[in-house]
Amino acid sequence: MNPEFLLTAIIFAPSVGALILALLFDSKNAEAMRLFAFATTAVTFGLTLVLWLGEFQSDAPGMQLEVVKAWIPTWHVYYRLGVDGISMPLVLLTSLISMLSMAASWSITKHIKGYMVLFLLLETGMMGVFLALDFFLFYVFWEVMLLPMYFLIGVWGGPRKEYAAIKFFLYTLAGSVLMLVAMLMFYFNSDVQAEGFNLIKLAEAATRGTLLSPSMQITAFIMLFIGFAIKLPAFPVHTWLPDAHVEAPTPISMILAGVLLKMGGYGIIRIAFPLCPYGAQYLAYSMVAIGVISIIYGAFAALAQTDFKRLVAYSSVSHMGYVLLGLAVWKINEQTGETMNSEYWQMGLNGAMFQMIAHGISSAGMFFMVGVIYDRVHHRDLNKFGGLMGKMPLYGGLSAGLFFAGLGLPGLCGFIGEVFVVLSTWSFNPALAIVAASGVILTAGYILWAMQRVYLGAEYKGPHPEALTPMNMRETAIAGTLLTLAIILGVIPAILFNVMTPSISRMAKAAEAGYQKSAPQLNQDEMQAQR
Amino acid sequence: MLFPQLLDKLITETTSLSLPGFSVELCLSATIVAMLMMRLVNLDRFVPASVTAVLGAFAALVFTWLQFRQIGAADAIVSQKIFTGLLIHDTFTVFFRAFLSLFLLLTIALTSLTGIPDNEDGPDFYSLLFGATIGLMIMASANSLLMLFVGVEMASVPSYAMVGFLKGRKPSSEAALKFVVYGAGAAGVMLYGISLIAGVLGTADMSLLAARLGAAAAGGSGGLRDPELRAVSLGILLVMVGLAFKLSLVPFHFWCPDAFEGASAEVAGFLSVASKAGAFGLLVRFALALSGAPGTESLMIAFGVGIGFIACVTTTFGNLAAYTQTNLKRLLAYSTIAHAGYMVMAVSALLVMSNSSKAAAMQIDINRSVEGLLYYLFVYLFMNLGAFAVVAIARNHTFSEEVDSFKGLVSQSPTLCIVMLICMFSLVGMPPFGGFIGKLMIFASAFKAGDIHWFMYVVVAFGALNTVFSLVYYIRVLKTMFMDVRPADARPVPVHLGSLESIYVVALAAFVFLLGVLPQFLSATAGAAAQSLVKY
Repeated sequence: MNPEFLLTAIIFAPSVGALILALLFDSKNAEAMRLFAFATTAVTFGLTLVLWLGEFQSDAPGMQLEVVKAWIPTWHVYYRLGVDGISMPLVLLTSLISMLSMAASWSITKHIKGYMVLFLLLETGMMGVFLALDFFLFYVFWEVMLLPMYFLIGVWGGPRKEYAAIKFFLYTLAGSVLMLVAMLMFYFNSDVQAEGFNLIKLAEAATRGTLLSPSMQITAFIMLFIGFAIKLPAFPVHTWLPDAHVEAPTPISMILAGVLLKMGGYGIIRIAFPLCPYGAQYLAYSMVAIGVISIIYGAFAALAQTDFKRLVAYSSVSHMGYVLLGLAVWKINEQTGETMNSEYWQMGLNGAMFQMIAHGISSAGMFFMVGVIYDRVHHRDLNKFGGLMGKMPLYGGLSAGLFFAGLGLPGLCGFIGEVFVVLSTWSFNPALAIVAASGVILTAGYILWAMQRVYLGAEYKGPHPEALTPMNMRETAIAGTLLTLAIILGVIPAILFNVMTPSISRMAKAAEAGYQKSAPQLNQDEMQAQR
Repeated sequence: MLFPQLLDKLITETTSLSLPGFSVELCLSATIVAMLMMRLVNLDRFVPASVTAVLGAFAALVFTWLQFRQIGAADAIVSQKIFTGLLIHDTFTVFFRAFLSLFLLLTIALTSLTGIPDNEDGPDFYSLLFGATIGLMIMASANSLLMLFVGVEMASVPSYAMVGFLKGRKPSSEAALKFVVYGAGAAGVMLYGISLIAGVLGTADMSLLAARLGAAAAGGSGGLRDPELRAVSLGILLVMVGLAFKLSLVPFHFWCPDAFEGASAEVAGFLSVASKAGAFGLLVRFALALSGAPGTESLMIAFGVGIGFIACVTTTFGNLAAYTQTNLKRLLAYSTIAHAGYMVMAVSALLVMSNSSKAAAMQIDINRSVEGLLYYLFVYLFMNLGAFAVVAIARNHTFSEEVDSFKGLVSQSPTLCIVMLICMFSLVGMPPFGGFIGKLMIFASAFKAGDIHWFMYVVVAFGALNTVFSLVYYIRVLKTMFMDVRPADARPVPVHLGSLESIYVVALAAFVFLLGVLPQFLSATAGAAAQSLVKY
């Protein structure tokens, strides 16, 4: 298929579906709308499969299937798309999670039309973020996501939905405004202004060391990092997440945890690192520290929760800490500016990317499982559960699998990412590696304790015991798909690594070269300042 | 030159140059006369004044289009002084004429949809509206300090009357009175400033001001110690007071919320868009008239930075003050104040860049600051008019403009709510709506101006921060409309998708969206309009 058409179709197929849904469907015919929306997401998923299996070449490191069309020529803004080993897995994850959470959306009964339209618009935004190669376009899609998300949480959410929605919106907007300023910095400092928004050309300029001076790189990196860290979320700016995840309806929690958080990590690896290599290395220690704090803090916070969904939400903070940690373990030799143990950093990057996908699958699964039980008994109090394994054995079994995947049990997807990240951290700083590894114990603690309280025990004593019916086919299919993927990725991680490694090592090499070009500049600047 | 020769020259110039260049204004004036004459012979019983007004405004738009084509031709003169140099006729002027005629047309359409004014008052109201528009056009084309004043007054006086147009409503009269008193004070101050500038520099012709200012600076130190420059600076400051009043910049904004609350939503929409646009046209002309003189660079950069400071304060104040508002028109008034602040940032960047030593090299960026301002104005027209139109339409059903009266409106008229959503997100500056492009252009030029003076980075920071601030109150309105439950005793607002009102607001929202997705056409036109101003 023509790549131009394919990539554009992946992004805009959901919006076209949304438009048809909004204009042609009768808002009383709920089932038809659900089926149509589900079909739209399924078509999108099919298109991404075509992209992966039919067009994408796993062993090529660079950008593939690039599409360039002038959008605002006077401002050098282009409609520029493309895919490489970093974005390809995330594109697949997005379309898969969107499809599954649309399948989970049968539980939505209020204003179905509005819900479906917003959901599909959201998918367009997410796809656009992962496929855009023009900073301006990236920013547009990044913001386009906010509007549907705000309403999806705010209208269909739980009791504190309005607070959660505005908090989510404000945090993200604050981050993206910083990103906007950084975007202007790059635009006005690129040597060829005609390429001022082109992420590929900007990254090449940064590799040559001609994009920003070292001190400006630090400033730009901090601004970008805050923007992405909010989305990730990393420790001090994570507070929107528990509220948003808990208040959002189940399918939206799945999207939030499964896809939206990955945008933070993706932004860091696609924009922040390649465009400001010096700034990234300069702040590597701080980022590693933030990552470790997120892991430990998230895990402790999860231990303290009595709300099942809130526990899963905090586990996301903890798990995404591994992503940041893996990205940041970049160590250099202070004298020469050369990267020490480059292969370990690449291992960390690979681990971080793997962790993103793995977390996308396991956390979406965990949120779905919480949603399934909430739909039945309408509460999420961990202390009022128990004995579900006996009443709903299939549900209990699938949940156990997905929660173990989140825990990082070997043989399931969560394990690979965490091990890679912790191993590479050892080369960066053994002490921090030990702290990060101990996070695994805490994770095991909160997950096992939660499972004990929910699934084990003699009998269920909470409200609505009569509603504990077995899972229906739709629910089983969703959970089964996620668990299957968790097992496949845990057993054959090479499926992902084969796709990611070439692009990641290329990115790492470019960043290392960029750092080496920038570091002497700084020494000269300092000498001039001293004179 | 003998008197008959002089007269001959004047006549030929007037008939061949000035009158064609002034055709849009003449067309509007003719419409006013026609409307009043028709009432005299009771013809307005058969042909409502709104129809005459629509025809007149449409004719004005056609004339603008003709001028546009003429001025866009390859061998055309880019800039032409008309009426012996009192006005200037260039792409920038034509751009504003197009803007104002379009806005006039849209406002008339809105007023005839919402029924304010009624048929009896139609001729009065539309005469005032047209009169104010002519004044605004003169502001945007002024080439003389005298015309600057005449334009401001011509635009202001009908506005006072329009604010008080809802006769018998106390808040309306109160608002009009406040507006008049403030306006008169500001006009007096501005006139004093004009007399200082004209007195010291010996001319009221704005195209000569920079050269005279340079000559005045040449002898002395070039700073404020020079008595001539000091007097001129004071003059500039006083003129700025008058303009700041029109733009509702802090600290001359007090009239704005009261006037908006008292006036009908239609008039408030006019004040917040057209009146601001005219004042911005004038501000850009005034700022550029004083720019570029050798020896005054630091003084004028300080002027630019000062405006930037005012912009920061205005935006922040407007946004924060909007938090606590419960009346939607008042909330939009504070939002107008904030948006005036954003737009002034572009003027500040323009001043800073065009007075730097690198001005010639930065020509493209200087152009873009004006282009950004013009783009923002155009987007602002659609998004703000859209918001006011929704208020006006809902008011006709609920008889209230309180935010609470919009509770759960989505269940009754989803179209109005979605239009409001698009307009408000555009006001926040979110893509894919036009407000984002405009804001980005302005921030970009302010950021570029940071190369000249560090304070412009602070301006960008304030602009960015305010984007986040502004979200809170816009979204509060949207939350009320979309998430709250409509009270059982609330009056129904049955505005269906097919009704004229819906079509009108949907068209506005469509433009807001189009300007965000396909900015190319308008940005090129705005760029061409900017080109005629900047003279390097």
